[in-house]
Amino acid sequence: MMRPLRRSRGRDPLGLRRALSDRLLPGLVAAMALLGALALAGARGASDLSARWQGGAAAAMTVQLPATAPAAQVERALAALRRLPEVAKAQAMERERLAALLRPWLGEAPGAAAGLALPVVIELHLRRLPQQPEALALGIAQAVPGAQVEAHGVWVARLVALARSLQGVTLAALLLVAGIAAAVVAVAVRAGIAARREAIGILHDLGATDADIAGRFAGRVALLVALGALAGTVLAAPVLAGLADLAAPLLGGQAAASVLGLPWGSLPWAELALLPVLGAGIGWVTAQVTVRRWLRRLA
Amino acid sequence: MVRFASVGLRYAGPAGAGGDRSGPEVLHDLSFILPTGSFHWLLGPSGAGKSSLLRLMQLALRPSRGEVEVLGVPLSRVRRGALPGLRRRIGVVYQDFRLLPHLPVFDNLALPLRIAGRAEPQIRADVQEMLRWVGLESKAGTLPAALSGGEQQRVAIARAVVMRPALLVADEPTGNLDIAQARRVLALLQEMHRLGTTVVVATHAEALVQEHPAPALRLAEGRLVAHG
Repeated sequence: MMRPLRRSRGRDPLGLRRALSDRLLPGLVAAMALLGALALAGARGASDLSARWQGGAAAAMTVQLPATAPAAQVERALAALRRLPEVAKAQAMERERLAALLRPWLGEAPGAAAGLALPVVIELHLRRLPQQPEALALGIAQAVPGAQVEAHGVWVARLVALARSLQGVTLAALLLVAGIAAAVVAVAVRAGIAARREAIGILHDLGATDADIAGRFAGRVALLVALGALAGTVLAAPVLAGLADLAAPLLGGQAAASVLGLPWGSLPWAELALLPVLGAGIGWVTAQVTVRRWLRRLA
Repeated sequence: MVRFASVGLRYAGPAGAGGDRSGPEVLHDLSFILPTGSFHWLLGPSGAGKSSLLRLMQLALRPSRGEVEVLGVPLSRVRRGALPGLRRRIGVVYQDFRLLPHLPVFDNLALPLRIAGRAEPQIRADVQEMLRWVGLESKAGTLPAALSGGEQQRVAIARAVVMRPALLVADEPTGNLDIAQARRVLALLQEMHRLGTTVVVATHAEALVQEHPAPALRLAEGRLVAHG
């Protein structure tokens, strides 16, 4: 009578469950996935800041007229500004909005109650960020005599350039992490081949194809890398939420009062979810290439 | 049919200063034909080239020169990707058994069938039949390390023939066995011959050869010195 068989072993003739450790490789990959998630979130954050600052710059130039300027002068100024090719949109800021902006500094009922006359402020939306904001400011001052022009686009442009550089650096870091992950997988697979050299030779002599042998390694590696990357990504999520919370005031939000209040929704979940999938892909391809190259030495 | 024509074999040597990686030739000008369904002994002293010759027959090596034709397929004209299919038609038995130590007997026997992509119900039936044939039905769930040498060799033979190969090569299959176990193993190999398989058995055991007279290839220093 046949004894009960451990069928699962038959599906792992190379003994890869022991040869490819389910601790070391996933652990290393988890650490790299954590770094990758940070880099990914850094790239996303830099991209958001860049877009926000650039968007803000388009509406950031303001033209200020004296509070005593008559309505006709304001209309003439608006018409002159709209004729400028760089200006996409020019509109006078509503007094209520201006008052709301000043409320934190002047308190309730600014204006007459405080004895202050609010100036007329015209917001300018530009078609694109000017190369030389000072020249545009001079042109506006000439088009609207008596106006004060504020152009903080220079600083915005510099910040945008910085944010874009940061985005590039973080993407490069992401590629570097992927490269290191591939190298780690290759080393692990080589160690696995060395440990199972005899078994590989037996399978080869029994008629196993290169695709079969490489596929067994690649499947095991892809599983381990996916699990490691998933763990690293899960560990990264609260870190990223905390960083997003710290950055919230910069993006017009408020810091959270509790863990549940962290800006979980602002995390790049789609990109983060791709990390285990991409990791598994890198592991699979690296294992296939490494094993197939080794098998070429056999007849 | 197995046909060798002016076959020479040299292994890759260590890289020399001049970059020449070829070692000395270990087989020289081997030419012979083994008809389909024949049984041949492969004889010769240690170092004569018996194992190298068998490795050429089992497609583990390619000749450095000459032509090897196995089961009607000339190796010089077959691409590497087609070799696994041909290997599945060749059974191999080794002196050191080469069983996978982490797999029980059943899974060791099932390995060639699983590599060939057979369905599990067929695998179970074929493996059970093989286990009955070699008298190891009760050992299906046992790891190789728990078997005697003779039992391990019977498992190895069962694994070699479970795919019903057209060619069966055995390299010193009785080398690690006592005479009684060696006779039992040889009886299994001869039964495969009776069933129509071409069988080649390399051995040092002259007593076995005398008990079972059959045509022989005799090697000395890499050359074929007698055939018949």
